[in-house]
Amino acid sequence: MSDPVRLGVILLCHSDLDIATRMARVWSDGGASVAIHVDAKVSERQLARMKADLAGLDRIIFTPRIRCSWGRFSLVRATQNAATSLLQQFPETTHVFLASGTCLPLRPISDLTAFLAEAPSRDHIESVNAYDVGWTIGGLNEERFTLYFPFDWRKRRRLFDWFTDWQRRRKIKRRIPAGIWPHLGSQWWCLTATTLRAILDDPRRDEFDRYFRLSWIPDESYFQTLARRHSNKIESRSLTLSKFDHTGRPYQLYDDHIPALAGSRCFVARKVWPGAQRLLTHFPLPDTEVPDAGGPQTASIDRLINETVQRRVLGRPGLYMQSRYPRKDAENGKTSAPYAVFQGLTDIFPDFEEWLTAHLSVDVHGHILGPEEVEFGGRPQVGPGALSINPLVRDRDPQGFLAALIRITNRMQVFQFSPRDNQRLNWFIATDPNARVLVVTGAWSLPLLHSGMPFDDVRRIFAQLQRTELEQLSIYNSVWIKARVDLFDLGDFLISPRLILQQFVQSIDPQAKPVESLPPMRELTGLAEMLRQLRNSGLRPRLTGDNLRPAEQPSIERAAAE
Amino acid sequence: MARLRLPALSRQTRLRIERQWLLARAIRRRRALTPVVDRTANIRRDDILAFVTLRNERVRLPYFLDYYRKLGINHFLFVDNASDDDSGRYLSRQPDVSLWHTDVSYKRARFGMDWINWLLWRHGHRHWCLTIDPDEFLVYPHSDTRPLGALTSWLQAIGQRSFPAMLLDMYPKGAIDDHPYQEGQDPFEIACWFDPANYTIQKNRHLGNLWIQGGPRTRTFFANDPVASPALNKIPLVRWNRRYVYVSSTHALLPRGLNIVYDEDGGERPSGCLLHAKFLSTFVEKSAEELDRRQHYADSQEYRAYHHGLQSDLQLWCPESREYRDWRQLEELGLISRGNWA
Repeated sequence: MSDPVRLGVILLCHSDLDIATRMARVWSDGGASVAIHVDAKVSERQLARMKADLAGLDRIIFTPRIRCSWGRFSLVRATQNAATSLLQQFPETTHVFLASGTCLPLRPISDLTAFLAEAPSRDHIESVNAYDVGWTIGGLNEERFTLYFPFDWRKRRRLFDWFTDWQRRRKIKRRIPAGIWPHLGSQWWCLTATTLRAILDDPRRDEFDRYFRLSWIPDESYFQTLARRHSNKIESRSLTLSKFDHTGRPYQLYDDHIPALAGSRCFVARKVWPGAQRLLTHFPLPDTEVPDAGGPQTASIDRLINETVQRRVLGRPGLYMQSRYPRKDAENGKTSAPYAVFQGLTDIFPDFEEWLTAHLSVDVHGHILGPEEVEFGGRPQVGPGALSINPLVRDRDPQGFLAALIRITNRMQVFQFSPRDNQRLNWFIATDPNARVLVVTGAWSLPLLHSGMPFDDVRRIFAQLQRTELEQLSIYNSVWIKARVDLFDLGDFLISPRLILQQFVQSIDPQAKPVESLPPMRELTGLAEMLRQLRNSGLRPRLTGDNLRPAEQPSIERAAAE
Repeated sequence: MARLRLPALSRQTRLRIERQWLLARAIRRRRALTPVVDRTANIRRDDILAFVTLRNERVRLPYFLDYYRKLGINHFLFVDNASDDDSGRYLSRQPDVSLWHTDVSYKRARFGMDWINWLLWRHGHRHWCLTIDPDEFLVYPHSDTRPLGALTSWLQAIGQRSFPAMLLDMYPKGAIDDHPYQEGQDPFEIACWFDPANYTIQKNRHLGNLWIQGGPRTRTFFANDPVASPALNKIPLVRWNRRYVYVSSTHALLPRGLNIVYDEDGGERPSGCLLHAKFLSTFVEKSAEELDRRQHYADSQEYRAYHHGLQSDLQLWCPESREYRDWRQLEELGLISRGNWA
């Protein structure tokens, strides 16, 4: 701690002069000299009021007003002018801090000066090489420096876009002045007076100014680039906590951010919502006996912001609601958690649902897409999340129904399925990585066998169900499949049902009880005979497989039929 | 609702004609409204305005006004549709209320939307306007710590002109008239239960808005005809411009862009909820009266279903109902979202 730190502050004010006045007073009371630049767009009346409020504070000066527009060189010009006046009026200044009228000092100014005094020759300015990793959010990177930007982005958006595009097509490339390497960074910095003077008095300043005048958002690159030229002790981190959303707009700070901000130990934060009165009176924290020179710790507030950005950009998987209604295949997660579908098992084992409930530690449902009723496990009058058991209600939005069921419950959801059920979710389930599906094709023929219906009806329904399941299988055999599907035909399944069930059940629920016994199976006698009759009536059964026991039928007839 | 059939024109043109027709209709029918107290001269530049149509809601008004004053509404514009209780007199005494009176049929004024569109056109230009019913209470992310002005200024900063708030039907545990509602009371002390996850969503291709249905009304009254069950999607908060118009209730607006309040790329945009305190002790009486008047949407089908349901002593509460806590609970359930409002 050799020289005492004498802090100078440049305050850029655009609107909300009431807050700016307050901030100017805070800085001035903390012992800093303040140069205020008020945007020329602000009315004279408001400015007069601000001047009157700040009259009598002799360490505050007002600098000539310039009309500033976002992303243009006018902001840099205003900063340059203010810096020049500040250094002229208060030549003893050792550090200059650039802040806006909505930047709120969180810790006492004495903390900041103590922190700066730890390494008095260090320049605190975020400065990232423009050609390296993308620092910017939602904007151009190196093209900021290699194209011309004569048009205002806010006011002449279309002209701006068109001109940028045109230059790209014409492969126009500006020459960057020799001796500088473009750097980007937060526009809020704290430079030593030495570095700042060197930038302002650079013999080539006119050349640099001319160059930056037509670059894009020079307030994020002018000082960041030139500081590299004149300083070799750069601490590339801004002292101002300023967070941007995914489109590059700054976040606002409200009363409920007080604990997070206090925990961040940042010196200055922006930008404050003007109505956050409690926040404005809470900060800056009062002076302490011994100034605390500790630096900022922004991890927790970074996490808060990152979570919010993530929510805005990616959203919560499996959520369909009034402000999140993703297009097909843009869902970032069609459902929120893994789930399993058993197809055909209830046809082979009539008591399969009860059996499964006893074996698994998950929620087992019946045919929740069934035509007569939404068969929630335990058959309640109202399903989880107050979902209706009426299939008409469910079929208004089956996808929303399934996603809601999975999202509202805490345990894994398992349900039964068959070609008799609503088929609208076939693509949805097949393309959902959360889905785990066990399919036994052709199993639906077993209930038909025992239906006792006349043969003509059996044939008609058989044809219908077979067509439905074939359509579904064409989905499961497509290249778009994301679900994990285990496919067996009835014949294959019946060779080793216990093993297949054991493996599948283990894969969806590691805590499942080992499969030692199977539930009672539907009688298979007569199946081969029924299939033979169907074949002879001109309907080829295609889904039951070749491994079905020929049963009592002699094989000669089959050969004859082929 | 009137829908013009103009097949040969592009969608853009058709929608423009529809919007202008609705607007012209609202302006033409302005004389249906007689001013009772007009304090609109007090409206200042950045005030947030509330637009309300009501009929015989005297007992609800004190809490309603109190709630929205605390939230940050600066001026209320009421249309009193032939109340025969004390509503009109009570409202005209409030310093921040402007009141219009009309005896015209609610139904023929497109369920009050002609009146509201006219008032919005006349007084809403360049204000954030909240269009609600006296039994709807807005909840949005951070609404416990941040006033409505914080929300609107942030929406403006991110360039969003409209804010969705789905209707969330609240109901008591037990029969509806078990706990009589007292004037000034928080209705959600009684009706504090809601359905967490049984909402169906469909996209309306014509207007671009989402059509949300479900909740306790669909579950109990409309289970056999879910298509007819009431729409729950609403866009009540809009930075108004003279060119805008509400199409049917506050479910949809024109121009179409105002209805696109949802993200289609998987992200979440900000949204809130209108807690619907319809199912209080006052409801039984009201449904009988409304049934007589036949002034409601689709021939008061809704009220007929209610009346039928209520007489056979139906309960809305079920074991899967959730008790309302705060906006964080609604956000966790995915009914509302903070979007990127950290």
